[in-house]
Amino acid sequence: MSNNLALKKGLDIPVKGAAALEVIKTVSPDIVAVKPTDFMGLVPRLLVKEGDAVKAGSPVMADKMRPEILFTSPVSGTVQQVVRGEKRKLLAVLVKADAKQEFVDFGAKAPASAQETKDLLLKSGLWGALIQRPYGTMAAPDVTPKAIFVSSFSTAPLAADSEFVLADALADIQAGVNALAKIAPVHLSLRKENSAFARVQNATLHVVSGPHPAGNVGVQISHIDPIRKGETVWTVSLLLLAAIGHVVNTGKLELSRKVAVTGPAASKPAYVVALPGTPVKEIAAVGEGVRVVGGDVLTGENLGADGYLGFFQNQLTLLREGNEREWFGWAKPFRPKVHSSSWCYFSWLTPKKKYDMDTNLHGGPRAFVETKCFEDVTPMDIFPIYLIKACLAGEIEKMEKFGIYEVLPEDLALCDYVDPSKNEIQAIIQKGIDLMIKEMA
Amino acid sequence: MADEKKPGLFEKDGKLYWLHSSIDAFDTFLRVPGTVTAKGAHVRDGIDLKRVMIMVVIALVPAALFGMYNVGLQTATLYGLDWGFWRMFWYGLLRMLPLFVVSYAVGLAIEFGSAQIRGEEVNEGYLVTGFLIPLIVPVDVPLWMLAIAVAFSVIFVKEVFGGTGMNIWNPALVARAFLFFSYPSSMSGSSVWVSKTWVAELKGVDAVSSATPLAIAHDGAFDAATGAVGQYSFMDMVYGFIPGSTGETSVIAILIGAFILIWTGVASWKIMVSSLAGGLLVGWLGQLGGATALPCYYQLVMGGFLFGSVFMATDPVTAAQTETGKWIYGFLVGALAVVVRLWNPGYMEGMMLAILLMNTFAPLIDHCVVSVHTSRRAKKALNA
Repeated sequence: MSNNLALKKGLDIPVKGAAALEVIKTVSPDIVAVKPTDFMGLVPRLLVKEGDAVKAGSPVMADKMRPEILFTSPVSGTVQQVVRGEKRKLLAVLVKADAKQEFVDFGAKAPASAQETKDLLLKSGLWGALIQRPYGTMAAPDVTPKAIFVSSFSTAPLAADSEFVLADALADIQAGVNALAKIAPVHLSLRKENSAFARVQNATLHVVSGPHPAGNVGVQISHIDPIRKGETVWTVSLLLLAAIGHVVNTGKLELSRKVAVTGPAASKPAYVVALPGTPVKEIAAVGEGVRVVGGDVLTGENLGADGYLGFFQNQLTLLREGNEREWFGWAKPFRPKVHSSSWCYFSWLTPKKKYDMDTNLHGGPRAFVETKCFEDVTPMDIFPIYLIKACLAGEIEKMEKFGIYEVLPEDLALCDYVDPSKNEIQAIIQKGIDLMIKEMA
Repeated sequence: MADEKKPGLFEKDGKLYWLHSSIDAFDTFLRVPGTVTAKGAHVRDGIDLKRVMIMVVIALVPAALFGMYNVGLQTATLYGLDWGFWRMFWYGLLRMLPLFVVSYAVGLAIEFGSAQIRGEEVNEGYLVTGFLIPLIVPVDVPLWMLAIAVAFSVIFVKEVFGGTGMNIWNPALVARAFLFFSYPSSMSGSSVWVSKTWVAELKGVDAVSSATPLAIAHDGAFDAATGAVGQYSFMDMVYGFIPGSTGETSVIAILIGAFILIWTGVASWKIMVSSLAGGLLVGWLGQLGGATALPCYYQLVMGGFLFGSVFMATDPVTAAQTETGKWIYGFLVGALAVVVRLWNPGYMEGMMLAILLMNTFAPLIDHCVVSVHTSRRAKKALNA
């Protein structure tokens, strides 16, 4: 293989609770939620009302600005409730599942052109799986990207093992690649040369090694084919690429997935098969004082014990809330229970140890003092601290110069972790991106 | 539960809520706050600024302890007193203690006060600054002068810029510079570097000249045959048995501190190494050009060069922040310090001014490094 990329910078956070490679149950949920909040940049328009019958694949809502983008129900059943928040903001559409599942038939036929691929994705509800960079919003149907990137693995803490989750979906993945390749060249990154996904054809393969965030598609793009001003790249997760391929192969929308239940507060870390929108409580037992994170500890969403698994998520991380106060924490020579990547503590003595982490901030917010730590965990050709400061200052030109087109908050998530001044780096970057979207529109 | 003991007086809407910055400072000093992550990453590294700062203080301890012993040693040697090791150390400790007390009391009072005014948490930066200042001033400096210098530097060099992390110049060095320019008679010359206050035997004894090796060398008293500067041999300077400000004399104690700083990653080894390189290069050129008879490595063991390179130039807030910038910044600090030493008739120690000058230029260095980088990126984008 010609395209090898060895990354050095980064950090694998040693958190306890990796999922054992076995499926311990399959959840057939009673209620499934379709959440517009899963999709960045979506202003939803509701297409159903309470009491309507839907099939798996029936449209539930559409994008208000671009009504051709449909969002569909992952199950067949009856619309039970439309949940709204402040200012009547649409939060979720709850569908009560039928005992027997019926599917909308999208026709098992490989798309012959870019337009056919787009049409299939738009009507099946899988368009939302396409993320557009820069800015990480939902892809725009009228844009032709210069490339489509897929990372076949995740290096995020305790992330689901894609080989375990999708090894038997190779035919679907191939069909998905073929369909997307009608739109733009597809790049697929692999963890190792003998990866199960190395047999995928019709895509440029790259082998990427290194600690987290080597598996982040944004980091890979910045090394393989950086995004410049005016260019657009799409990305899709391997999980949803398989779902796209499944629609192509069978005509059915099948979103159920192996979800890795992980984290120090998970009673039995293993895999559970579930649909997106499944109530968290049906997937994992959630104890008192436990935070349920949809996704990994760095970039995941705090779902709450009454939340629902997100469209993009195939991991739950359970963490204890760390409200306890530790006497002289910072002054103790040894703090064996707390991990630090800094050599100011002694975690380096136990490189193999996995830590029972909680959500404590371990300090208070301060001004930036020590900033080299950001560079040490950012394997990209940018100066993180300058980009962060440009975002804080809201200076568009500097943000452009320092690489705002190449990053999403997830690519700098480790900066959140390592910063001794406890700044919210991901939030700062997101604020910068929001400003770019507003100013560049 | 300690939480219940915290009086309602200090809680929001309580009568003394305006004091909350100070209360929080003591509270979080004793116990790590129970704050949990609200956005961004859900778990965080154990490191915080308190830990970073305390590491620097720990790294300074060998230099401080040796310095205290040396204070007694120099006094005993100069006046021919028959003191043992502990007597010397005890004398130095007693002489240094008031400096530490004044430095911390004045500095922290201002820090707490301005944190109150801003309604923010108290920053930890002064833990280090307050420890550095007594180590870089003459041990007999009058306490009121020290208090004024500390107040000046904390207010005008740190707080007006917004506190730790926002300042342009190293506050400890500015305190020293303030003393140097405001009270030159207490800060320079050949009689200030050895303590004689408080010694009963010395009541009525006139000040005896106690020039530092740097001053002796400046006057040309270097013996090329023995390698000695005046009465001090090269190894005296390495061990630190020479007059000077308390923290700066012992190369060995400073190197222990440097090892701690580099090991923990708190200070940049790039700045230290490039500063030494800059000093050596200019020292060598000076020797070639006949500006001095001293071999270039003497520049590293005399005066405040090493202490400045290790503890002052590496301050992450005031140094260059880009990795390439750190090489340039450090090199210029070392080079400039020796330039001042060699080609300046009046003032023999250049480290303080070299660091302050480079503090001023550090943002410019970073700007150049970043500009070169971004234009290279832009070029790559065009050619692709």
